[in-house]
Amino acid sequence: MKPSPFTYHAPATPAELADLLGTLEDARVIAGGQSLMPMMNFRFVQPAHLIDLNTVQGLDYVERRGDVLEIGAATRQRFLQRSGEIAQSMPILQEALSHVGHRQTRARGTIGGSLCHFDPSAELVNMAALHDATLTLTSAAGDREVSFAEFGVGYLTTSVQPEEFLSAVRLAVWPRHHGHGFEEFAFRHGDFAICAVSCLMTLDPGGTIERLAIAVSGVTETPVRLTQWEADLRGARPDAETAAALASAAAGIEAMSDAYVSAAYRTHLARVLTRRAFLKAAERAKEKASA
Amino acid sequence: MTDTRTLSITVNGTQYTREIETRRTLADFLRLDLKLTGTHLGCEHGVCGACTVRVEGQAVRSCLMLAVQANGKSVATVEGLARDGNLSPLQNQFWEHHGLQCGFCTPGVLMTMEEFLEENPNPTEADVRDALSGNICRCTGYQSIVDAVLATAAQARGE
Amino acid sequence: MEMRSFGQSIKRKEDPAFLTGKGRYVDDIELPNMAHAAFVRSPLAHARIKSIDTSFARQIKGVIDVITYHELPESLRQRRLPLVVPVESLTNPRLPFTLARDEVCYVGEPIAIVVAENRYIAEDAVAQVMVDLEPLDVIADCRDGLKKGAPLAHVGASSNVAATMHSVSGDTDAAFAKAAHVFKENIYLHRGGAFFMECRGAIAHYDTFQDNLLVYVSSQGVHRLKRSFLELFDMQDSKLRIVTPDVGGGFGPKGSYYVEYGAVAAASMRVGRPVKWIEDRRENFVATHQERDQYWDVEIAVDDDAKILGVRGTLTHDNGAYTPWGIVLPWISVATVPGPYVIPAYNMTLVSVLTNKVPTTPVRGAGRPQAVFVMERLMDRVAREFDLDPAEVRRRNFIKPEQMPYNVGVIFRDGRPVVYDSGDYPACQQTALDAVDYEAFETRRKAALAEGRYIGIGIGNAVEATGLGPYEGVTVRIGTNGNITAYTGATPQGQAHKTTLAQVVADHFGVSIDDVTIETGDTSTISFGIGTFASRTAVNAGSSAHMAAKAVSIKVREIAAQLLEVEPDDIELRDGLARVKGASNRSKTLRELAVYSLGKPGFSLAEGMAPGLENTAYFTPSQSSYANGTCLAEVEVDIETGRVRITRLVMSHDCGRVINPMVVNGQVIGGVAHGVGNALFERMVHDDQAQPLSTNFGEYLLPLAADVPRVEIHHQETPSPYNPLGVKGAGEGGTIPTIAAIVNAVADALRPLGVHIAEAPLSPQRIIELIEEAKARSAA
Repeated sequence: MKPSPFTYHAPATPAELADLLGTLEDARVIAGGQSLMPMMNFRFVQPAHLIDLNTVQGLDYVERRGDVLEIGAATRQRFLQRSGEIAQSMPILQEALSHVGHRQTRARGTIGGSLCHFDPSAELVNMAALHDATLTLTSAAGDREVSFAEFGVGYLTTSVQPEEFLSAVRLAVWPRHHGHGFEEFAFRHGDFAICAVSCLMTLDPGGTIERLAIAVSGVTETPVRLTQWEADLRGARPDAETAAALASAAAGIEAMSDAYVSAAYRTHLARVLTRRAFLKAAERAKEKASA
Repeated sequence: MTDTRTLSITVNGTQYTREIETRRTLADFLRLDLKLTGTHLGCEHGVCGACTVRVEGQAVRSCLMLAVQANGKSVATVEGLARDGNLSPLQNQFWEHHGLQCGFCTPGVLMTMEEFLEENPNPTEADVRDALSGNICRCTGYQSIVDAVLATAAQARGE
Repeated sequence: MEMRSFGQSIKRKEDPAFLTGKGRYVDDIELPNMAHAAFVRSPLAHARIKSIDTSFARQIKGVIDVITYHELPESLRQRRLPLVVPVESLTNPRLPFTLARDEVCYVGEPIAIVVAENRYIAEDAVAQVMVDLEPLDVIADCRDGLKKGAPLAHVGASSNVAATMHSVSGDTDAAFAKAAHVFKENIYLHRGGAFFMECRGAIAHYDTFQDNLLVYVSSQGVHRLKRSFLELFDMQDSKLRIVTPDVGGGFGPKGSYYVEYGAVAAASMRVGRPVKWIEDRRENFVATHQERDQYWDVEIAVDDDAKILGVRGTLTHDNGAYTPWGIVLPWISVATVPGPYVIPAYNMTLVSVLTNKVPTTPVRGAGRPQAVFVMERLMDRVAREFDLDPAEVRRRNFIKPEQMPYNVGVIFRDGRPVVYDSGDYPACQQTALDAVDYEAFETRRKAALAEGRYIGIGIGNAVEATGLGPYEGVTVRIGTNGNITAYTGATPQGQAHKTTLAQVVADHFGVSIDDVTIETGDTSTISFGIGTFASRTAVNAGSSAHMAAKAVSIKVREIAAQLLEVEPDDIELRDGLARVKGASNRSKTLRELAVYSLGKPGFSLAEGMAPGLENTAYFTPSQSSYANGTCLAEVEVDIETGRVRITRLVMSHDCGRVINPMVVNGQVIGGVAHGVGNALFERMVHDDQAQPLSTNFGEYLLPLAADVPRVEIHHQETPSPYNPLGVKGAGEGGTIPTIAAIVNAVADALRPLGVHIAEAPLSPQRIIELIEEAKARSAA
């Protein structure tokens, strides 16, 4: 299980990286390598050129800009997990990160790498969906911004073009009084989730739902936001009945199956976890409202 | 055409300069080029943790890193844990608690837990089990490893 | 003899090296001018080889040779692998050539070996070896292999049945005819594997000058490997040496001779250089032997008091593609079913079926976990039907200590009747029950149910044949520098032989274990050996170490007595000295005595005394020693997700006298973890073309630290009368009853929902399916 031969490139700047991507045929960008390296060791992926993102300056940062949190694509998961800014403004991201792999993989793994790999059950993919991420794709021609919906095309597939790389991710920050719920089911701690459901919620002074976001991942090729329900439930009570309705909606997502997990079980989990995540978010939102 | 680079890596305090093929993993570099065979390869796909070493202090999978990516960096391996022939406190507690059987996963477990204990001087059993979840041991059932780690922490706290 | 070491939890001699990265596993060995190998393996489960084109691979820079069947030495083209354990009932044995000749019978079967300057290049070349295969019909499931008109797993075979055997005692027909109650179960256990952390590996060094072959191999026993090599290669015994260095786990499958070993040796002979092959994890998933796949159709007959009258049925065993171990595995299974219970009539038919999957050979437990699972599910079934406490049903059926030795009535794989030597099964179970306050569990269950939590408790009782013969040898020698060394064919893979055997030896000389060196796994050091598997080393090698050390210590006393002019009985051995009792200033060192023992001017050996402080003993047990244990598991099941959490696990265990309690606990706890994997996680999945799908650790789930419970161990010590140390084996006892206990506990937790379970492992998804099925049944 050794990688096939390739030519290694270590650009120092985003511009150099963009130039390499614009000129080399059959090139892959390696970020943390926690997904790409196994695939290379198995020789499932055999690029002619490997371009190292780790040597590129300036892609490793977390910055709060108003209601947006901007994260450099090469920022390590471990750094994000320990970021005071994220702990404060986006606690659900911190919680989700504790489910991402293990401490050794988080030490190398990056947010951009995880998003570009686009495993439907990856926690960070779920987080990007939940936070209405916009992504900056950079090439020699300049930057272009894409929404998360435009970014994720299908199973393990994004709209990043061969000459482009993901340089930054922007996540919408919710008001301080929001509550969050993150529920995932994996066979073992640290495994990819079979299903993960995240929920953000704010309550209005009357205790009804002011704003709601729910992302269900692992069920189908890309994470699913329950957009219509999020809108329709404004003004609803965040109670068990609402949770059940939402859970049924999640169970309506057409689920995929594989050799290990049936569509029925994915659907089952989507229902259970949606209810749990919603109620957890509601509980926290209530706590914050009363605090 | 073989793509090679000359790289310079500090391992356990000693600087090594070697010309190697760029596709060589850090694990293979340690084992084959530096003859530091204490770092073991158990799966080569980043799950078992046997190859865990510390790069710039952080525990990482050396099978998922190219050696060239460690150029200019400082790497610590199991061979560097004992000082002047004395086992480290963690190594000693592994010995005391029968924290190893076949010994194959042990170097990776030690390198992970050394880092963990530096950051978590006062862990619970659940904390240890969580942190240990990136290392597979097929022999011990983990219990003696957990006990050894907890005992090391207690010892460091002067208990 | 003073017992200073035996019975003590002494820290292991092995550990300082392992802890500092100085272990020496086969991949750590580097020989001058060594080349590296990789295998071209079959991508199909069953196919005919039409052609192989190695020309592209040979052109790659750094490739030294590419060897197929046709380039093998004559003897390897003539001979298939030897069948090491032939038995009459194995009517359809199947064994492979070293490299496939014209037919491949499982995914992963070696077709060619590439030798290159390094492993990277070898893998580059493997991809360039063009193999043209014609797909053949595949047997992916052993049950399909028995169907009328089923395709054949091997071209030209008369059937897919490798063996049929009946394990019979008493009159089951009569027992079932008169029985008040008969209950049937169809039970399935899914395939899993050993998944030691160090994959297999071998280095062959053919010395062209001396015309001899040295093979380093990660194994569980060098002498049996040597036997296979000798049968395959036309080579003198003196020209072949097999050495096993440190081994990173074995658990059974490293006990086999594999085709790769001969291929690596042939490669070394052909290229005239040492050749190393280290199995990578992908290969390990497809090419290392696996286990567990069994289907049981069984029924139990009981009287109105829930006492067993008989058990009968059929075991359909997935043998895989080849039969290197004959029918050892299913034979152990059928002989283990009766367990600790009185079963007046027993009739189990085993059918071992050839499939197009990698062979199944013993993995920790070796067919016993399945057998125990079957019997313990039956006991729970009886309890449920009678609405009796499962512990009580077992109590009513236990073999009582006063019935020992107890002849079960069936024949074990060693050809000897299964006769339990000793043990107190009721007490063993009671110890476990008391530890968890079993009587109060119903109260706990009610309280949990009131909170919507589903908890359950499960029992697994097992009796395990350990210390399998025919022998293991030990040579004890005191060098002329006074060093005490013991050499054995036992070959450890983590079991601490270098400590425990030293404990046995040290006491005979009154020294510490640091003064005793144990050398294992080298055919040049002792003539015969079997190896470390089947929980056999403490019994066999331990007893031989005891016998050999005792013989040497007697000789030490005799020579010392002669020199010090006293009687041998007046000599005591202590701290490296032989001294006159009560006169500590009159002594000789072991070093002096070792020199005298070789003869010396002015000193002659007593008439008839052989030279040297050396003795070789081969303990040959009259039969197996039977260890026993009770595993008690408590679980909580999240009925919404199917997640099982093991909240408590108690193991009450009797492996006779214990040489090193710390080591035995480690064996038991590690064994339990393997059982947890088999109960809840480990599932080797194939598609309907027998293509293995679980070929990485992301899909084949080994239990992690957070998945395994803390194990509470309670030891009983019923010494075995069948060996001088009174020991029994401990290596597998943790695994064997654990699967049954955990699954029984899950079934118990889900009993309020009407769920019936007859399979392992149980994934969360499967648990949800079972709950849904139960709901549908009760709705119907």
